[in-house]
Amino acid sequence: MSDTGIGARVLRKEDKRFITGKGQYTDDINLKDQTYAYFVRSPHAHATIKSINTAKAKKMPGVVDIFTSKEVEEDKIGGLICGWMIHSKDGSGMKAGPHPILASGKVRFVGDQVAVVIAETREQAKAAAQAVVVSYGVLPHNVDAAQAMKTKAQVHDVASDNRVYNWSIGDEAATDAAFKTAAHVTKIDLINNRLIPNAMETRAAIGSYDTGSDHYTLYTTSQNPHVARLVISAFHGLAPEHKLRVIAPDVGGGFGSKIFIYGEEVTCVWASKRIGGRPVKWTADRSEAFLSDAHGRDHVSHAELAMDASGKIVGLKVHTIASMGAYLSTFSSCVPTYLYATLLSGQYKIPNIYAEVDAVYTNTAPVDAYRGAGRPEATYLLERIVETAARELKIDPAEFRRRNFITVFPHQTPVIFMYDAGDYGAALDKALEMSDYKNFPARKAASAKNGKLRGVGFSAYIEACGIAPSAAVGSLGAGVGLWESAEVRVNAVGTVEVLTGSHSHGQGHETTFAQLVSERLGVDINNVAIVHGDTDKVQMGMGTYGSRSGAVGMTAVSKALDKIEAKAKRVAAAVMEASTDDIDFKDGTFTVKGTDTKMAFGEVALASYVGHKFNSSEIEIGLKETSFHDPSNFVFPAGVHICEVEVDQDTGLTKIASYTAVDDFGTIINPMIVEGQVQGGVAQGIGQALLEGAHYDRESGQLLTGSYMDYNMPKAANMPHIENFKLGFTFTKCPSNPLGMKGCGEAGAIAAPPAVINAITHALGVRDIAMPATPLTVWNAMQPMKRAAE
Amino acid sequence: MENFNYHRPATVNAAVALLKKSKGGSYMAGGHTLLPTMKQGLASPTDIIDLTAIKGFSGITVGKSAVVIKAGTTHMEVATSAAVKKAIPALAELAGKIGGVHVRHKGTIGGSIANSDPAADYPSACLGLGATIVTNKRKIPADAFFTGMFQTALKDGEIITEVSFPIPKKSSHQKFPNPASRYSLVGVFIAQGSDGKVRVAVTGAGPKVYRVPEMEAALSKNFAVSALAGISAKAKGLNSDMHATAEYRAHLIGVLARRAVEAAK
Repeated sequence: MSDTGIGARVLRKEDKRFITGKGQYTDDINLKDQTYAYFVRSPHAHATIKSINTAKAKKMPGVVDIFTSKEVEEDKIGGLICGWMIHSKDGSGMKAGPHPILASGKVRFVGDQVAVVIAETREQAKAAAQAVVVSYGVLPHNVDAAQAMKTKAQVHDVASDNRVYNWSIGDEAATDAAFKTAAHVTKIDLINNRLIPNAMETRAAIGSYDTGSDHYTLYTTSQNPHVARLVISAFHGLAPEHKLRVIAPDVGGGFGSKIFIYGEEVTCVWASKRIGGRPVKWTADRSEAFLSDAHGRDHVSHAELAMDASGKIVGLKVHTIASMGAYLSTFSSCVPTYLYATLLSGQYKIPNIYAEVDAVYTNTAPVDAYRGAGRPEATYLLERIVETAARELKIDPAEFRRRNFITVFPHQTPVIFMYDAGDYGAALDKALEMSDYKNFPARKAASAKNGKLRGVGFSAYIEACGIAPSAAVGSLGAGVGLWESAEVRVNAVGTVEVLTGSHSHGQGHETTFAQLVSERLGVDINNVAIVHGDTDKVQMGMGTYGSRSGAVGMTAVSKALDKIEAKAKRVAAAVMEASTDDIDFKDGTFTVKGTDTKMAFGEVALASYVGHKFNSSEIEIGLKETSFHDPSNFVFPAGVHICEVEVDQDTGLTKIASYTAVDDFGTIINPMIVEGQVQGGVAQGIGQALLEGAHYDRESGQLLTGSYMDYNMPKAANMPHIENFKLGFTFTKCPSNPLGMKGCGEAGAIAAPPAVINAITHALGVRDIAMPATPLTVWNAMQPMKRAAE
Repeated sequence: MENFNYHRPATVNAAVALLKKSKGGSYMAGGHTLLPTMKQGLASPTDIIDLTAIKGFSGITVGKSAVVIKAGTTHMEVATSAAVKKAIPALAELAGKIGGVHVRHKGTIGGSIANSDPAADYPSACLGLGATIVTNKRKIPADAFFTGMFQTALKDGEIITEVSFPIPKKSSHQKFPNPASRYSLVGVFIAQGSDGKVRVAVTGAGPKVYRVPEMEAALSKNFAVSALAGISAKAKGLNSDMHATAEYRAHLIGVLARRAVEAAK
């Protein structure tokens, strides 16, 4: 291992500019003659738009123009799409209602954008937006997933019972038969609470139309600028792809919420032409982010787990209602289906699984992928019911899990996936040891002396990430392929530029991708530049989400590096007058086998470009290679997390006493960055379990948690002390990519919620507690116990 | 936010005159409630009269029987004052629990009290210690000062100049923060005065800060946790929201009162 190669704890190259305020985020960019957009948003959860009067607002100072769906329709700008077709059990396609970039005829949630005001300043645009008079005809609304199929509030004409699809996976008859043989059945009802992503940087866009070249540019906070360009071009019909450049510069966090194509961004780039080519800039304020960013989770589930007399699981049945919100966001449909129910086997041998999912419309912000996307929901359900079953059977929860672990690989689950490698017992052993599980009773007794209830909870999670291969996801309904691209350009002096279709919005690609190059070519990481996020610079790529940049994106880089190495060997052989087969390449030096004749990588790069020493009709000039990598399988990171909590009996306040995370991510490029991903993911998971929850008022349909006064973002003080926050790793190599990498970005957010809730229910001795387990919720749960004790 | 005229007068009289002259002006003594409200468009004063530049408007004097804090003194100054920590440790601790570090460096005691936010911390110290709020016109006992939610006895144009806190035998402030906002979900300030009389003030739970006479009577007789046995706060009339029901708040008042008695020093 070199100092900067694979496995090195290299400090992040990008952090200097981030922490000294030199990052270039979309809002930092200002174009000449720029105007500012402000959106008029619906104050109602559900209403018809009777009329929009912009006359007074148009006369206000600084107003350039105001647009509504009328102008959108005049220009034939298409609506937002959902890019993954899901078919119901009965074979019918999902019922996608119209999703115009500015609401047309109807608003469907509080915050739905109705009109855009464009003015010389942001303040002027905002003031004029308040003067736009919209006449609404208020309709009945529903914000509750569980009520969606019963309510009179019909969100879209195409879905009479608000049902987008009724999808199923697994063999129902076989599962029912297995349940008939069961010695014990555990049943559970769960709600997976709705979350609001809260990336530190809110969404922003600058759309700019060049009247001279008939060319558009969109700067935007995107996790996948090429996909944005493809959709805006092909579906919104704004311009062909060569007439549209999408740039996603530094992006301050996404957690999934910036994968999607939103109406506001499309509006900005479209409106620029409408106003004669002046750029149109929009930066969401935090209130808009709460209202209009795609939310996450929001499932209502019933599950049953069947065991035989020896405590072996024989079957699992699940029914889930998944709220999609008011519209189908870009990838929303695949989240509660192929990213959710396919994970219901977890780490366990479950011979029979049947799951049915009703996706429903509600009068709420659209729901789509959020850190983990479906996999946290699956893990929460499975790890809650497994823990509950172990308690009912009076088997230690660690032992119950071990008894049911998959131990032979590859393993085909009944729900599509073929797990390729893993060692779940090793992770459990390590987590038990690191958390000092055997001495838990002593710690519980010590807590009790201080009036605290202590509990311990487990979570053995599996994640499927690096979604692939393209043909397989296509057969499941995906509208796109899920490969990744890379171009490696070696400059004449031997420095390297890597153009990747992955996109970094906090992950540290500028460091980790450079580490791979450093490892392979023996080049210092400071001589490697990573270029991403600009459709004019980088070849088509698929972006970053679902922990795919390592396993898929870096594999593309690795394959391009293979080609670079092969080509460089040919050049080196020609220059050193040897056979290509006789050239060794190690630590940045090409050597003729058995001799001391050698060339440094930089010398070979220079030779490639000057072309003096080889026949350019046999070897092409230059050193630049491209690879498009389509993986052969998903990757399957997995691990065991153990959480201990202390509950204050007086107040219901829960503290994370300790948290142990043991993960198998395969090959790790930069342990420091990976540890940060685990810590951050666990923090988000603890947030879901204890703190965060989007709350819509049933009566009014208003978002009650629309600011940090009411939406409880995780804070440092909510986390376990760093000394009690233990991270460990086990290793099985991923067989489906040459680097052996899995993925680490979502693991913590997937694993933590059930670990925390299992610990709280253990502490209180209750069957269930709702997330977020706020002091009020926990105190309420303790009242029946107290009354019983009295 | 609407445009406004910004003034920074050097004297109280000049501030009063500026407010009188303005169409719809507002004093500002830190701005941590006023500015967010203006940003949301819920307030749009024509003139902001910033009181923090008034000469002699901040500072702490600890006398034999009272701690006098000038209205423009920041929370950070109170929290870190060695003299306050010695005389009324609970008061310094309370100031150290307000908001975050940035807020504590800008927010002032006068601003907090004049605002009378039902979940603010300082009002509980005023009521719990039996403070006197001194204005440019008169002296107002804390018991008569907080008249309702965001309502005080201050007349138009009247400016708080200082707050005088009698030094108790012992006192304690216990806060259970709102999990999201960190304002007081419930806060209890208990002080045993030099005359042995006990005051119990509760913030965050009701529409305004208030005293709990039953607890005061019991603790005045016997300043011990056992004296609170059997006394439970009533849920009726308390706030109920997604973070806490009225019943839960009533329960927390009891918990925090017991903890305050235990911790009092």
